[in-house]
Amino acid sequence: MKVKVLQNIMDANDQIATRNQQLLDKNKVLALNIMSSPGAGKTSLILETIRRLKDTVRTAVVEGDIASTIDADRINKEEVPVVQINTGGQCHIDANMVNNALESLSLEDIDLLLIENVGNLVCPAEFRTGAHKRVMLLSVPEGDDKPYKYPLMFTLCQAIIVNKMDMLPLADFDITAFQRAVTGLNPKARIFQVSCKTGEGIENWVSWLEAELKDR
Amino acid sequence: MHELAVTQSVLDIALEKAKEAHATRVTGINLVIGEMSSVVDDCVQFYFDFLSQDSIASGATLSFERIPAKLRCRQCGHSFTPDEPPWSCPTCHQWDVEILAGQELYIDSIEVE
Repeated sequence: MKVKVLQNIMDANDQIATRNQQLLDKNKVLALNIMSSPGAGKTSLILETIRRLKDTVRTAVVEGDIASTIDADRINKEEVPVVQINTGGQCHIDANMVNNALESLSLEDIDLLLIENVGNLVCPAEFRTGAHKRVMLLSVPEGDDKPYKYPLMFTLCQAIIVNKMDMLPLADFDITAFQRAVTGLNPKARIFQVSCKTGEGIENWVSWLEAELKDR
Repeated sequence: MHELAVTQSVLDIALEKAKEAHATRVTGINLVIGEMSSVVDDCVQFYFDFLSQDSIASGATLSFERIPAKLRCRQCGHSFTPDEPPWSCPTCHQWDVEILAGQELYIDSIEVE
């Protein structure tokens, strides 16, 4: 006998993600799910963002890593609340892991929650976390063809940050071709060109974030 | 890479639906997976065989319907299957394309006894 199901495989995760978002909304927290390949600069961007906003915005961080607390230790030096999730080999953060992390944060004392996903352009795209915005970083040495290789990731994100712009003279990265590919797939995405090393362009990213925080 | 989590959800949903239908055995699960969803069929079946041991879905066969990627030009409305990148519209050559199909990830039906 055939039983019709027609159910999204990600339903269970999506339901928890929705609950996470309700909890964040109740506490007026803006949450970002920050994704990229390993080494594109997620932690550097988070550190830079915390430093620029520290006088006006109460930021907290959820650090997702397969193993280690290296990133959480770096964030800890900024004296903001940080929760480490070790996924134990899993290639992405899922909604349940974020739910557990939220329970150990005082959400009423937070304005901005930065969730650093596991470095990976494939799996994190499939799992909602409950964050309000999905943000991805691509670093110049990775190449401008990535929107075609990881279309789901590039389609889902509201902000796409091209990091390591200081390396542009060294790389065969065609920024015009990249922007055309991203805008073609995802016309609403904001693209920021930054260098976390030199600080170039970070102010545009921070202004966007401040505007999003005001809308909360 | 995330097939373990995907497979666990597939099993959970199948067992729940089988229970609702008062079935005693799940013999098959029909999945619909878009070409652009990064899920590897063999890998899902491998995890399924492992995860479903000791359940009424043990031994069930998974079948995969693959939905090809399909794009539509937002300028002229032409629908096409993307070939090699870059993905511009083959008719009007604009770059403004949306993904119509190829990102599916759902269970269509289950076969039960």
